[in-house]
Amino acid sequence: MTPVQKLGNVDAKKRTSQKIAFGFFSFLSYSVVAILFVILGFIIIQGASVISWDFLTKAPEDGMTAGGIFSAIVGTVYLVIGSSLVSFPIGIMSGIYMNEYATNGKVIRFIRVMTNNLSGVPSVVFGLFGIALFVNTMGFGDSIIAGSLTLGLLSLPLIIRTTEEALKSIDDSFRHGSLALGATQLQTIRKVILPMAFPNIITGLILSIGRISGETAPILFTVAAYFLPQLPTSIFDQCMVLPYHLYVISTSGTDIEAFRGMAYGTALVLIAIVLIVNLLANALRSYFANKVKMN
Amino acid sequence: MIRINAKNVDFYYGSFHALKGISMEVEANTSVAFIGPSGCGKSTFLRLINRMNDLIPGTRMEGQILVDERDIYSKAEKVDQLRKSVGMVFQKANPFPKSIFENVAYGLRVNGITDQSYIEETVIKTLKQVVLWDEVKDKLKELAFALFGGQQQRLCIARALAISPSILLMDEPTSALDPISTGKIEDLIHELKKEYTIVIVTHNMQQAARVSDRTGYFYLGELIEYDDTRKIFTNLDKESTQNYITGRFG
Amino acid sequence: MRKFIEKLVEGGLLLSGSVTSLTILLIIFFLFKEATGLFNSPSVEEGYVLAVNQENPVRHLSPEKIMDIFDSEITNWNEVGGIDEEILLVRLSDLTNYFSEEELGDEFQFIPEKISELVGREPGIIAFFPHQYLADNFDGAIISGDKITLWDFFEGTKWYPTSTPSPIFGLIPLLLGTLLVSVGAIALSLPFGLAVAIYMAEIANMRVRNLLKPVIELLAGIPSVVYGFFGLVVIVPLIQKVLNLPVGETAFAGSVVLAIMALPTIITVAEDSMRTTPRAMKEASLALGATQWQTIYKVVIPYSISGITSAAVLGIGRAIGETMAVLMVTGNAAVIPTSFFEPVRTIPATIAAELGEAPAGGAHYQALFLLGAVLFLITLLLSIYVEFMSSKRKM
Repeated sequence: MTPVQKLGNVDAKKRTSQKIAFGFFSFLSYSVVAILFVILGFIIIQGASVISWDFLTKAPEDGMTAGGIFSAIVGTVYLVIGSSLVSFPIGIMSGIYMNEYATNGKVIRFIRVMTNNLSGVPSVVFGLFGIALFVNTMGFGDSIIAGSLTLGLLSLPLIIRTTEEALKSIDDSFRHGSLALGATQLQTIRKVILPMAFPNIITGLILSIGRISGETAPILFTVAAYFLPQLPTSIFDQCMVLPYHLYVISTSGTDIEAFRGMAYGTALVLIAIVLIVNLLANALRSYFANKVKMN
Repeated sequence: MIRINAKNVDFYYGSFHALKGISMEVEANTSVAFIGPSGCGKSTFLRLINRMNDLIPGTRMEGQILVDERDIYSKAEKVDQLRKSVGMVFQKANPFPKSIFENVAYGLRVNGITDQSYIEETVIKTLKQVVLWDEVKDKLKELAFALFGGQQQRLCIARALAISPSILLMDEPTSALDPISTGKIEDLIHELKKEYTIVIVTHNMQQAARVSDRTGYFYLGELIEYDDTRKIFTNLDKESTQNYITGRFG
Repeated sequence: MRKFIEKLVEGGLLLSGSVTSLTILLIIFFLFKEATGLFNSPSVEEGYVLAVNQENPVRHLSPEKIMDIFDSEITNWNEVGGIDEEILLVRLSDLTNYFSEEELGDEFQFIPEKISELVGREPGIIAFFPHQYLADNFDGAIISGDKITLWDFFEGTKWYPTSTPSPIFGLIPLLLGTLLVSVGAIALSLPFGLAVAIYMAEIANMRVRNLLKPVIELLAGIPSVVYGFFGLVVIVPLIQKVLNLPVGETAFAGSVVLAIMALPTIITVAEDSMRTTPRAMKEASLALGATQWQTIYKVVIPYSISGITSAAVLGIGRAIGETMAVLMVTGNAAVIPTSFFEPVRTIPATIAAELGEAPAGGAHYQALFLLGAVLFLITLLLSIYVEFMSSKRKM
């Protein structure tokens, strides 16, 4: 008998080690699920009693310890719209350029490296950039337009990447088929490629909205107002914003406990936005996936 | 002595019925070749013998396969133990990103052998067995990727032999190699069948004729013929086999 | 005409494609433009004068020395290279101790004269007053605060941006705070994240993976301010209670919150790289009687090690740049950290907390931009490293 055959008990040992390791891994994996549910559960339970129609539709009162968060919700909506106006067209167009037009490998590589680097830039650095360029140099002051431009640039890399991936997943045979019929490249992209890539692009855009509505550091000094019960009337006004509002009422003030209720409610609204956005993106993904299967 | 005994084996990939009622016996210390057109199930059947198909989700097997009279698909059977006694060589050489030495030693180490002198002895012995020793003895510490295709494949055979299996499964081991390397490996198979039971899947009819004692012909998931190699290649019973061997399709 | 439109569209697309590169360049330009201004500003607060008696040989003082003098840490001129003489601190508000209100004038019109007189009279004086009160024939010597140097910033061990008369901008406590919190976060989340990545890539079946994927996406989607809030109301009190600390807002609290926030990045990147392990490699290992676990740690992990490194580096990058959550849970004490269980302050948290009170164009404002530039360079280096690793992998 060779030593390998003699070592029967080793089998038991390595199987035990596998059992322990796998048990440990699955425990940790389920802990991740648990962490998510603890965070969500905590905020939902604490915040649910605060949420009411008045909370969502009234301006803050009594030094922000009562009333609602309507001004902050409206501000967030304005910023999401404003930044989308910047990032959606530019992001989608660069994605199209990268995947459909650019032929020079060096150019593509350069743009891709720059885009990756941009996505690694910390959000607070975007804040500094926004205050230096939009607020001071261009003279917009603290305003919705300065905040929107900053947030728009911040979300560009995400939109470019999802657009590129959506376009990449479309087989070249569709492009060739259209070009072979005498269509120009622009017609091919507009009539064949974009409609096919549309579902995945939309999913990316929705997820980027979720991310934008929660960003705080870039808007601290470009738009966010500490307390401003009336709604902004122009894009050069400041406004209240949900995440900044949560930061303010959970850290400043002399009587922190008086703010807690409002803070839980605001956190719940932010969580709800993230949940809705993710559910919507997932639903769209599976809806379109099924549709493709049926075709 | 019967080493492998398959009884009425059926196999499904999802709803696709890939193997239909396969039964065959393989004697110890013989070599058996499986031939047949692509997708006929010959590789699938080979991978059932060391339960490699367990790794593919959504598959299902019915029937029985006995190796040395043990039912390898029974609950009590431990799959790592089975694979220790049933070695396998793959279509494309797949050395680990480790040194030449560590590639051969891998099977010993994962099976709990820590005696360094035994490991060294075995590595040298098996490298000599696959006639690779003279080519690699000065570069045992180098990465296995530094070897060329034929050498890599012989290294993979050495790796399989190092843990002293009783059966060696070979899944088209020479399909990616040049004729000279192929010749070397065929010579090796001739040597190895004195000590091991060899099952080889091949696309190459001449190779089947050269290296095997018995040949099985698979077609559309069925084992059409299974007989002495000499008989299969000279005196064909079935038309389908004849068509394949004479090159009318496949 | 049609050709023209096609060209026009292509040009527009190219323009959009260059926006990200342009943004990077603009970020670099503005960060460094504002940041380098710091090195032209004098270390004495702008618009103010620091003066001593003519006889006093001391003409230069470093910001730290000035602060020590005004904190009464240094009380004799011989400690800063002068004569053996007690230091007499005089701020504008102290003038009433030396002169009556009539002497200063009802509109304070005699202040310049009186300051000049006082400085000429007292050999040990150091006076700090606004530039507008500097008399034409001033009987004293002006201390020129040295200009702030690169060295002062990168070697400075104190961060007192609002100290008067001479603010101190030292990077070290903030950098160490950032590193401590980030390294702590990675030490917690890397083993955790790798275990989950292994589980998802190699062990879990489809059903479990379909549960875990959206969970991880959601974790990645929660805004950092919500993590900070959760940290503040749950993790901080918990840490304070369990470890019996005077305050719960510590580097450790920051690391715990950041560890959770870095998990999705680490899991996703590590899992993707493990999935690239060729099946043939795994089958070869299993065919030799290795268990699945042996195959994972002897084949899969070594094979995907560069991707796992990238995961760790990206996780660190995320942790270093994270602002709001850290700002809310680490207590923000700008001192060189000596323990994990003390308040610390990170670079991003400093920027977020102080930019609001720093007047644009001032030294403090510029110092915060310099912090931003340091942060930008650190994360840029990490991005380039990851880029380099992944291009090497493709080859």
